[in-house]
Amino acid sequence: MNQPTNIFWNQKETEDQPIDIFWNRRRKTFLSIGIALLYLITMLLVGLLLRPESYGVNYNAKFIPPCLKHPFGTDYMGRDMFFRSVKVLSNSIVIGILASIVSSLVALIFGVVAAMKGGPIDGLVNWCVDLCMGIPHIILLILISFMFGRGGKGVMIAVALTHWPELTRLVRAEVLQIRSSQYVQASYRMGKTKFQVAKSHMFPQVLPVFLVGVVLLFPHAIMHEAAITFLGFGFSAEVPAIGVILSESMKHIASGKWWMAVFPGIMLLLAVLLFDLVGENLKRLLNPNSGNE
Amino acid sequence: MKRFFLTVLRMITLLIAISIISFIMITKAPIDPLIAYIGTNSTISEEAKEEIETYWGLKDPPVKRFLIWARNIFQGDMGNSIVYKQPVLTVIKERFQYSLVLMLIAWICSGILGFILGIVAALWKDHLWDKIIKFICLIFQSSPTFWVGLLMLSIFAVNLGWFPIGLAAPMGKLASEVTLLERIHHLVLPSITLSMLGIGKITLYTRQKLLEILDSEFVLYARARGENTWQIVKRHAIKNIAIPAITVQFASFSELFGGMALAESVFSYPGIGSAVTAAGLGGDLPLLLGIAIFSAIFVFTGNLMADILYGFVDTKIVYSSDGR
Repeated sequence: MNQPTNIFWNQKETEDQPIDIFWNRRRKTFLSIGIALLYLITMLLVGLLLRPESYGVNYNAKFIPPCLKHPFGTDYMGRDMFFRSVKVLSNSIVIGILASIVSSLVALIFGVVAAMKGGPIDGLVNWCVDLCMGIPHIILLILISFMFGRGGKGVMIAVALTHWPELTRLVRAEVLQIRSSQYVQASYRMGKTKFQVAKSHMFPQVLPVFLVGVVLLFPHAIMHEAAITFLGFGFSAEVPAIGVILSESMKHIASGKWWMAVFPGIMLLLAVLLFDLVGENLKRLLNPNSGNE
Repeated sequence: MKRFFLTVLRMITLLIAISIISFIMITKAPIDPLIAYIGTNSTISEEAKEEIETYWGLKDPPVKRFLIWARNIFQGDMGNSIVYKQPVLTVIKERFQYSLVLMLIAWICSGILGFILGIVAALWKDHLWDKIIKFICLIFQSSPTFWVGLLMLSIFAVNLGWFPIGLAAPMGKLASEVTLLERIHHLVLPSITLSMLGIGKITLYTRQKLLEILDSEFVLYARARGENTWQIVKRHAIKNIAIPAITVQFASFSELFGGMALAESVFSYPGIGSAVTAAGLGGDLPLLLGIAIFSAIFVFTGNLMADILYGFVDTKIVYSSDGR
């Protein structure tokens, strides 16, 4: 079957196969979104409600490899890596939410204003987007964090304020497209006010694109927070943060303490992956062309 | 040609703006450059401190300081690095050689491998190979670069002992004695780590493009003439997807630079990425500023290349749609 020479005829055959009526793509998509959200919300809540003792210091239990009692092992201060990872991940998710809210608001305002006003304002917004994207993201984060004297506040501000450019472009393009479309022009001619057009034509069209953009922005924010903390510009060592855990584990990796890096990383990877998945699936569902496949 | 000049002009205005903003950010930082320079527990007298401050112009208004700094830049003087005790330009030049090798290898590897994987995935769409490749790309795209680096270190350097744990050359050896083989040996893990960052994007892009082309009418016509898949890919598809794919590769310079900074700090590779971390942590204002502007130039070069290539592709598209 896997011969490349007859791919064109193969496709026909697969289409003729009986289709599972219940498990169509739409239902599968909903299921995957559900699982992803379940994981993320569980992590968030468990992390927020976790008692600090469960990842407290215990010098009698240093460097225990993964076992039944400590599924992820313990670190150089005898802290349980499993509970630490959960705590850290929930903190990351909170930062991600914060960054998403701030950046999406900025993007929404900039995008809509640029598309509606046009002319020099549009040019200015585009120029700002290029400005923000012209410098590597990590360097920009380092600069902002540096300005606030390194630390939690600096990282939060840096991550929250630097994720708007892509979304701004997206929103601007969408609004521009709708604004110039025939039915919007027609409804203006029929005497609809700007507000009515915005409410009944713009809003329902832009919202899905915007929502997907916000969800897809989330994993970026989490990764960047982790990266900048890892480099030493972010949260200080006593704050539970994924970057702190990983940079600590780097010191012990040469002596073979692999579990300190592997498991927290997998938790982070899962969170990022699932957010990505939710975003992509939402995109497919909200797009009428592919929503009912 | 006019478009090209406009793009360059725009980039120059952006570059100036970036310098101004970076300068403001850095001078607003609550880090005293004098203390960063002499250390917190030095016994230097107050008069000497005053003298250095006036000599450095720390008491001048910010605008004047910026203008002096900008004038010096045009004369090729970016100041002296505090951490490395060398002119900033020398530090950047020296370290960029290391980083350039690393980035170039990763850039080419991820480009070629991603292109091939993308073609394979598109040709076997919805089959096992396609699913595996898509899954791998998703994992690569979502995994933090520094974590991948840590895993690499843990597996290949610590447990298997195949590769050294860090640096760009064996410790305790003079730079002139280091052989090419040793350099390559130290480069393997960082470049694999960095390649993994970019491979997902280019693979998925190539796959998407090739699927579009395989769906087009001219491919159907080629099939009707009796060309087999390999001939179609070779004669029609590769030409059409190569330039857009290269464009995407050029436009990813920003991520490449960021990934490089992370990979270098994991492998303690003496490139520009570890220099920027050291500069930021050590309060080395001139070096931080220098690297920020250098990185912006780097990204703009990539964008410019992408722009030129894209313009090239664009004219072709216009031509073909007119001719139909």
